[in-house]
Amino acid sequence: MASQSNTDAHWKKTTNLMFIHLGVWFFFGYVIHMFVIPLNTIIIPVLGFPLGFYMAAQGSLIVFVVMLFMFAKQQDKIDREFGMAEDD
Amino acid sequence: MATQTTTSADAFYKQLGRMYGTYTGGFIAFIILLAILEQFGVPNKVLGYLFVGFTIVVYAVIGVMTRTAQVSEYYVAGRRVPAFYNGMATGADWMSAASFVGMAGTLFLLGYDGIAWVLGWTGGFVLVSILIGPYLRKFGAYTVPDFLAFRFGGNFARILGVLVLVCCSFTYVTAQVYGTGLIASRFLGMPFELAVFAGLAGILLCSMLGGMRAVTWTQIAQYIVLIIAYLTPIVILSTNKFGIPIPELTYGQAIVEITAREGQMLKDGLATLCTAASCPAGSLKAHITPFINYSPLNFFGIIFCMMVGTASLPHILMRYFTTPSVREARQSVSWSLLFIFLLYFSAPAYAAFSKLEVYTNIIGRDVASLRPWLFTWGELGLIQICGKNAVNLDAAIAACKAIAGHPGVVRLQDFVINTDVIVLSTPEIAGLPYVISGLVAAGGLAAALSTADGLLLAIANALSHDVYYKMLDPNAPTVRRLTVARVLLFIVAVISAYLASTKPGDILAMVGWAFSLAMAGNFPALVMGIWWKRATATGAICGIIAGFGLCLFYLVCTRYFPGVGVKYFGMTSLLNPVTGAPVVDIVRAMALPNAMESWPTLAHPMANKVGWFNLNNINCGLLGMPLGFLVIYVVSLMGKEPSKEMQAFIDEIRKPRGRTVLEEKV
Repeated sequence: MASQSNTDAHWKKTTNLMFIHLGVWFFFGYVIHMFVIPLNTIIIPVLGFPLGFYMAAQGSLIVFVVMLFMFAKQQDKIDREFGMAEDD
Repeated sequence: MATQTTTSADAFYKQLGRMYGTYTGGFIAFIILLAILEQFGVPNKVLGYLFVGFTIVVYAVIGVMTRTAQVSEYYVAGRRVPAFYNGMATGADWMSAASFVGMAGTLFLLGYDGIAWVLGWTGGFVLVSILIGPYLRKFGAYTVPDFLAFRFGGNFARILGVLVLVCCSFTYVTAQVYGTGLIASRFLGMPFELAVFAGLAGILLCSMLGGMRAVTWTQIAQYIVLIIAYLTPIVILSTNKFGIPIPELTYGQAIVEITAREGQMLKDGLATLCTAASCPAGSLKAHITPFINYSPLNFFGIIFCMMVGTASLPHILMRYFTTPSVREARQSVSWSLLFIFLLYFSAPAYAAFSKLEVYTNIIGRDVASLRPWLFTWGELGLIQICGKNAVNLDAAIAACKAIAGHPGVVRLQDFVINTDVIVLSTPEIAGLPYVISGLVAAGGLAAALSTADGLLLAIANALSHDVYYKMLDPNAPTVRRLTVARVLLFIVAVISAYLASTKPGDILAMVGWAFSLAMAGNFPALVMGIWWKRATATGAICGIIAGFGLCLFYLVCTRYFPGVGVKYFGMTSLLNPVTGAPVVDIVRAMALPNAMESWPTLAHPMANKVGWFNLNNINCGLLGMPLGFLVIYVVSLMGKEPSKEMQAFIDEIRKPRGRTVLEEKV
């Protein structure tokens, strides 16, 4: 039977994970694009994209996709650790 | 008994892969068949009808086959849509006619600044997965207002939820129906009004009989059509130009060439540069230069509002009610974003290739040597040369001759293109056979139909489930509930089709507003309801009213009552992001005799051009959402802590394991 302390511990870990992912989201959604002008002076070799443009058009999107798959895995791991995951 | 259901479920999933695999193969075979027919001289119009007709019949067949008489099937597809397929359905649900047809055009026009929309319409799914979606799935609601009602003390919160939902979904669905009409009329040559109602029939066939269940399985079919249609022309174009079939990588070269070409055009006097000193309409704004169309505040504001709006739009959230488990709801958000990403990271490639084509083969060329693809769009009023619709070569030459001192070659300021043309014309620009154009039309139609289905269902479900069943007649038997749901769906659909057939320019412009409205109305209450046990019913109700109210006020005031906003609410003119000058002379505009009247058309010199803090009205969520959070926080702390039962209930939705909190009697 899940006790209150188990519930609280589960929620604490879930909250931490939430803040970590929101931090990554905020960095790639906003912070990096604030530096677009200096980043644009860097040209990605071969492809030819200016880096600042590339991060907005593709880089951040790739990060979002990858982090969501990671989040689903990590949250599931937390749920299992505290016996709160659904049966497979 | 239990084993029996498991095996039948397994068989069902296995069958799904085979079914959609066959369907995709069949669709590709159909494209090849039409390509062969084209070689035998079948006219373009017939090909267009075959394309659109065939795909709509397929959607309708799926819609009819998956009809249902069960409440849980109708509202949440029986909660057994696997994560992967729900991701695809969400992709189609999410990507509207605006994404398919308009986004690349916006990127063409705005260059770097347009990417705000790409970022905003993808990053929001991070918030859906982390903050809201899986918890609502565990709660076990049929609609978003269901959750608000349970968590925040009953029907008053429910009716607020319904109000927010209808406000942000209705203009949106009208725009989708308009989109179906536009695509059908352009490619099939039907009269627009007729095309709207033909599109309506397509939408209703998919959703009337089977509700969420039918919409889910047709949306998957529609996703497959739309993604093939979006990627095919540009993959061929990339292969032809650069020898590599991955346009997302090769368009970097196109950007290098665009930048070089921009410099050359300035040198040759074909364009004038937009600078801080002067930036007239039609002057050159470099493709990769940031913050020349939106100020940094509005650029990041759009990203933020679209992201948070995504996580607040009911028709998206309700898609995650259909997965078999909380775990699959999370995985499903990841799949959704992957499927959406495939289109969104290709859109800038469309923009770059088109821009390169325009800059090399139109600007700087003799007016007499304009290429013929242009005039098909000019006839529809979508491309202008020298200020006149480019209906044919003679008209273009005459229009340029009429301009005093015109050099006879097309300059940048002579060329105006409607953003919708970029995607639709790419097959012709690349010299591809007509069958590819037909494919693009079918894809655009799939995008519009699938989004319209999802939105209509969200509105009709809120009206039938929340208003009718939960508030008016809680003892209604299943048959009557479903009948009411279908009748309401039909009524909402007909109203939106009627509105769309009147071509309301305003409603289309309002689609962007839906995100800010949803964000201000729903986001604080949903997030606080899940993440903060101390949030009380009074707090949430005040928060929704305050946040949504402020956002709505800002929109309506800046759009319809700018004079009132300036006089009584201290609004000032928005500023041009490059020159920093006011976009409208407030003193002069306020001196006009009718400055204080309300203005139903865009003719008012101040409409959409005034505001607080130089904040574009599409970003009104930036004002409403923080206020919503603040009010919920303060009012909640002033009241009594929620009951022990409520707190236990919140613990329950935070744990994936166990039964859903809300159990519907079937």
